[in-house]
Amino acid sequence: MADSALHDIPSVYEPSLFGTYSKKIGMWLFLLSDSLTFGALLYAYSYGRISTEGWPTPFHSESIINATIMTAFLLTSSLTMVLAVRASVHGDAKGQRLWLVATMLCGTGFIVLHGREWSNLIAEGLTLPMFPKVPGHGAASEFVNVSKTVPQFGATFFGLTGMHMLHVTLGVIYLGVVALRRKFIPILLVLWLVAWLGTPVYSPFHYGAHVLLIAAIVCTIILWLKPKLYDSSDVEVAGLYWHFVDLVWMFIFPLVYLMSAKIL
Amino acid sequence: MDTTQIAIAEQVAEQHRHHGKALFFWVWGALLVMTAIEVYLTYQNLQPVKMLTILLGLSFVKAALIIGYFMHLKYEVSRMKWLTMCSVVACLILMTIFFFPDAFRILYLGVK
Repeated sequence: MADSALHDIPSVYEPSLFGTYSKKIGMWLFLLSDSLTFGALLYAYSYGRISTEGWPTPFHSESIINATIMTAFLLTSSLTMVLAVRASVHGDAKGQRLWLVATMLCGTGFIVLHGREWSNLIAEGLTLPMFPKVPGHGAASEFVNVSKTVPQFGATFFGLTGMHMLHVTLGVIYLGVVALRRKFIPILLVLWLVAWLGTPVYSPFHYGAHVLLIAAIVCTIILWLKPKLYDSSDVEVAGLYWHFVDLVWMFIFPLVYLMSAKIL
Repeated sequence: MDTTQIAIAEQVAEQHRHHGKALFFWVWGALLVMTAIEVYLTYQNLQPVKMLTILLGLSFVKAALIIGYFMHLKYEVSRMKWLTMCSVVACLILMTIFFFPDAFRILYLGVK
């Protein structure tokens, strides 16, 4: 009775302990726990680096330029994300969708460049035992010995950057659902087919592409069970997640790439 | 969302409406400039410890800008700011205390 009486008066409500709505507090709590996941991975990488002699420095000038462009993509995506949030609170549905799609494109650019970086390193011999063998892989490849003498490097590098790439991929899917709702599912399925069939069988992305299929199934179930128009609070919460993946990269880029650069 | 949550969300959206667009462009520019400085320093072949100190310093400034302005924490109530930041920083300090002396101990003993 008391609840229904309260709900009948829109201007009267119980003040939130944290001054904001539950969805946003929930996302903040998730991000805090996720920051500890990345913190542990970054510490594992740094621990390995400090405690291991002969730590490799595999990132040539080309890799550094590639990683710098990736960073610029992520920073720009954060800007477009705040512009999407701004458009949503002003009730500008067209602007909101436009900026969300711009954010997704920047995120996709980041993933493609990161995938290229991984493929180059794998082709040069830096790999993990779980990755498929590259055909014609020469024993003279630059990093073929690194995987044997310092296996910690490959394990921590692929573990850390792979986890981040997964977060960016899920972020792009999250924004796609918020921006395009059901229309995004066929796009996601096309992306899955392109990523699956467009990568060689020895590439880790050939199997990794199935993340997109799983995401498409999960998104379909969510959109079928709870179809809704996403409002400004949903866009803001999605934005928090997106800025977080940008934030994590601000530590991965210097610690992993710049501190292991090989500038001749 | 129920009525209470909708009312709070509308209040939060109202706060957002007062933020100018130019501020976000300034923050984005500052983040790009700091990234450019980091890359420039990489090409200067500085001592690793000095390099690490500068890079981590810049990373924390960049993180503060992203959390404060893009994630809007600067405009949240003090309780929210303190609880979120203190809890995560405390956990990261604990990780540092546990991990790093051990990493140096392995180095000192030698890697077999």
